[in-house]
Amino acid sequence: MGSLRLVTIGLLTTVVLGSPAFAQSPTYGVGRSPTADEIRRMDISIGPNGEELPPGRGTPKEGAKVYQLKGCIVCHGTAGIGGGPAPALQSKKGQDVPIWDRERILPLRAPFATIVWDYINRGMPLGNEGTLTADEVYSLTAYLLFVNKVIPEDQVLDQQSLPKVKMPIGDDYGKPHDWHPNTPRLKGYPY
Amino acid sequence: MGPKETPMGSKRTSRRDLLKTGAASAVGLTLGDIAARQAHAHDHPVTPGSENASPMIPGSRELTEYGQRSKYVTSVRIQHPPGGRPSPDAFGKQFHIATPLQDSVGVITPSSLHYVATTRGSFMPDIDPRQHTLTIHGMVDNPLTLTMDDLRRFPSVTRLHFIECAGNRHTPRQKTVQETHGMTSCAEWTGVLLSTLLKECGMKGGATWFVAEGAEEIKGASSMPITKAMDDCLIAYGMNGEPLRPQQGFPVRLIPPGFEGIFHTKYLRRIKVVDRYYMNYNDFGHLRPDERELALSEQIGPKSVITYPSGGQQLPGKGFYEISGLAWSGGGAIKTVEVSTDGGKKWNRAELKNTPQRMAHVRFGYQWTWDGNATEILSRATDEVGQVQALREQIAQWWNVPAERNYRVPGLDNSIMPWKIAKDGKVTNGLA
Repeated sequence: MGSLRLVTIGLLTTVVLGSPAFAQSPTYGVGRSPTADEIRRMDISIGPNGEELPPGRGTPKEGAKVYQLKGCIVCHGTAGIGGGPAPALQSKKGQDVPIWDRERILPLRAPFATIVWDYINRGMPLGNEGTLTADEVYSLTAYLLFVNKVIPEDQVLDQQSLPKVKMPIGDDYGKPHDWHPNTPRLKGYPY
Repeated sequence: MGPKETPMGSKRTSRRDLLKTGAASAVGLTLGDIAARQAHAHDHPVTPGSENASPMIPGSRELTEYGQRSKYVTSVRIQHPPGGRPSPDAFGKQFHIATPLQDSVGVITPSSLHYVATTRGSFMPDIDPRQHTLTIHGMVDNPLTLTMDDLRRFPSVTRLHFIECAGNRHTPRQKTVQETHGMTSCAEWTGVLLSTLLKECGMKGGATWFVAEGAEEIKGASSMPITKAMDDCLIAYGMNGEPLRPQQGFPVRLIPPGFEGIFHTKYLRRIKVVDRYYMNYNDFGHLRPDERELALSEQIGPKSVITYPSGGQQLPGKGFYEISGLAWSGGGAIKTVEVSTDGGKKWNRAELKNTPQRMAHVRFGYQWTWDGNATEILSRATDEVGQVQALREQIAQWWNVPAERNYRVPGLDNSIMPWKIAKDGKVTNGLA
């Protein structure tokens, strides 16, 4: 009896896990299917492996010019050293200082260079968000990684090279846990 | 009500008044002037026998159409934190705005008083709902683009949920409960379950996360586990019986109940189903060295606060009071609330004033007779998954760090809030 139940559970588990989760044909048939092109234009979520990055390229030198031209300097200071109303973008501490003891600077602390690209592309420049070209975003990303000594001055960033940039934080950051409903927010934490 | 039906003894417009105003209109006064005079005629001091009579509020088009609270009710939101970045700023941008919890009754925050937060200080997008769409794509069989009219065709749910900003931290410097805890509110939200929409799209195997993105200037985005999407996330278009307010994400926002406020993506335009943590925009702010801290910055812990008596209030003297407050948890429904009136030595079971619901404020009360001596009052909540609200000293002890005066609780600060009551009835921040 007990073993029969186990077999049944095993079979059910195989069926549920073996099929694509929740896959089924539409129940309500409301709404329309966006075209692949519509999705591509809308999809600005750049994941860690960079598969959504658009074509384009940029170097730190080009980025330095864009940084001037777009007025980044007004809020973030010369070469990102800060002093203005926006956060500093260049670390003042040496590379020998452990990453978590250095400043909370996006183009330094981000675990993936794609995060820097995604952030600039969405949120900058203040008041003219969403107006930068892909080349400008690649250039600015390259420039800010360069001033933080993450990449050399002659490195070209594009769809292929950007996701491969090795960020100084490496693997040294907290990973998301496996969240489940109706459970404490952290296993073993009573509060 | 005609003049003949006017009950005797109440303020009324007499035939003589009508004759007088009639004469007035003959000399060029408009009907509006007459109405104003009639209203004014009720504005004189009460005469004997009519002690309960009050001045009258004349109707207006505004009052007919949308209504208004009494001029004697003056409770308002304030910028958060006090002395911090103002809302609006000189350009008209909004940053953080706190709810006046000290004046709250029940558990619903009126839409006009619901707390507001933007990531970096923003204008509100003025979205025409006829132009706005929500697209669900990524690891789904059938990507879907929905108009706001489409959304209303899906089966809906209506649920009570709180939202709380990660910046809702009580410190010794703050004075009132609006300053210490005003970055949480609770409303009735109506919309479609995200699970309904994801099932409609058909999720592909291997989908583990989703990214929610807003349509505001920064296109703010956050990554959340797909288990949350399938459990209880709500795509909300309604709030407290009407469409969302622009400050709350009109025309549509995500409600991931019990997650930190920033995940409640406003002006929702896109949901992308993915197979890993995407770390987009808002997620960078959650980056921590310790994965335990990251976890504590997602689901909100059990929390409660006494809203009466609270900081800045004054008890008129010893005697009976019903201590009143709010409790909530990101882990589920509140199970019990306890109140201490002796600085935490004895804890007494409080009465829950409404049926606790998952991830919603519950109002609690505790009947107390104050003996007039200086004391400290506190509350602590326990939720249905067994999490208990703790003193910050207990939390510091768990993390094995000293409980200094400005100790920063990991994740959203859900530690117990003490209020001091002085002999003269003055209520102040117990952390100070």
